[in-house]
Amino acid sequence: MIKNINQISEQAFLLDFGDEITKEINQNVINVFNYIYNQIKKENYLDIKNCVPSYNKLLIQFNPSKKNKNEIFDFINKIDIIKNEVTTNDKEIEIPICYDEEFALDIRNISKKIKIDEDIIIQSHASTNFFVYMIGFMPGLPFMGDLESNLSVPRLISPRVSVPSRSVGVVEKFCVVYPNESPGGWNIIGRTPINFFFKDKNNPSLLNPGSDVKFRVISKKEFFELEKNI
Amino acid sequence: MNNSYFIVERSGIHTTFQDSGYAHLQHLGITTGGVIDNNLFKIANKLLRNDPNETIIEFAYQGPRLRLEKGNTHIVVTGDVYFIIRKKSENFIEKKGETFKTYQLNEGDIIDILATKSSVYGYFSIAGGFNIKKYNNSGSTLVRSSIGPNEGRCLQENQFIRFNFETISKNLKQLSFFSNNKDNIIRVLEGPQINYFSSETIKNFFKKNFTISNISDRMGIRLEGNKILSNNSSNIPSEGIIKGSIQIPGDGNPIVLMVDHPTIGGYPKIATVVLDDIAKLANISAGKEIFFQKVSFERAEKLCNENEQYLNKVFQSLISI
Repeated sequence: MIKNINQISEQAFLLDFGDEITKEINQNVINVFNYIYNQIKKENYLDIKNCVPSYNKLLIQFNPSKKNKNEIFDFINKIDIIKNEVTTNDKEIEIPICYDEEFALDIRNISKKIKIDEDIIIQSHASTNFFVYMIGFMPGLPFMGDLESNLSVPRLISPRVSVPSRSVGVVEKFCVVYPNESPGGWNIIGRTPINFFFKDKNNPSLLNPGSDVKFRVISKKEFFELEKNI
Repeated sequence: MNNSYFIVERSGIHTTFQDSGYAHLQHLGITTGGVIDNNLFKIANKLLRNDPNETIIEFAYQGPRLRLEKGNTHIVVTGDVYFIIRKKSENFIEKKGETFKTYQLNEGDIIDILATKSSVYGYFSIAGGFNIKKYNNSGSTLVRSSIGPNEGRCLQENQFIRFNFETISKNLKQLSFFSNNKDNIIRVLEGPQINYFSSETIKNFFKKNFTISNISDRMGIRLEGNKILSNNSSNIPSEGIIKGSIQIPGDGNPIVLMVDHPTIGGYPKIATVVLDDIAKLANISAGKEIFFQKVSFERAEKLCNENEQYLNKVFQSLISI
């Protein structure tokens, strides 16, 4: 449910779906996002420029010189999430991951911190049914959840200047994959040999807000074979 | 004839192709990008009778030096910029160029955009536009994401800039009216997380000045000299970002997010710079001081409208030379 529609600038509304970060609330965000995005994508509806889902908010950026703010407000206000058919997401996407120590830069420290064996951390991560809360920070980077609560670790105290491309990181109940090399403060537990962002494809991101994701454990040998294909 | 091109003899500082930026992609992590100074962009294209959204070249502090290797064209430079033109037919004698005035360049001529004067950003554009590879209908380069024209990169020394040669009419234009607001007051709206800050902190935010840090760029303008600390957490659940948002990281030094802003962000935002003052702020050079002043949404929207009227007035002042 949309709890509030707040105007945050001459060119934006921020829709509030509640304070918590849960899959249920995020699913509401994504449903409204899908509904609006389908409209603006096909006919540039109301000249809405961007529609950006996050954990529990939806940002709507519009063109202030159109002077149609009230029309946009009414459009949003009339969206009835129950009546709107919930768009089923794409089928579950499988991401190969290698947890070899060469890639799992922080797994030893996590294991020490939460007092759980590395093998069990890996098993728990690999068996989690992930859900993409949002894409952002860099092109194609998914924020996924939810990990078991006993795996929860905070951000690195001093972020890395450079996280290797395709690293998989965890913080609290969330998991990200860095599509490209980047600075970053997430705890790195593995690496995937596949690309997450395809600049020249029609839909350039492997994952979308709301995608279902499952990791598949691969050996180092398989990692390097798959990596050759990218 | 499509074989016209400039050679980049000096690339300048952060020289990129830009237009009005990207739409419908921010949910995939692709930011909006686009020109920092919308007015200078629109005026440049108007002077050249281009499409209003024709891709132009933006630079910061220093522009490029370009030699017209092949073809002829009309050019314009907009902004507070010092540049010279050396024409082959005049034995490359240095002639100071005037901004907001179109010039004809012929094969062999050189334009050297030496520096912005008191501002930061300037623009260079040609009649008919550049021959670039657009991405998702935009000619804006996102350097951090390697997206957009020029393989997602800034201009490089010795590269070619290709353009479509068009028959040149003798119709040169000049603006007779353009005023630049020179004060250092930046108007802002209340930010979405204003309640993360005590009333004392908010008072200081508006009372004391900030200094523009020299690590400012198209992604964000960093401010120093007046630490703003949140009385709550220095993190919020990440949410979508728009340009102008003033986020307050844990160290208390505000960052005003600009056109290449991250698509989502997890710092509380105390205020949002009104659209009308984005270019003004971005054009205040590093080391200078600014003040923030709070305005209402109604006022901010009115400022938007007034700017449109102002631009129309500027366009009407266009004269043939």
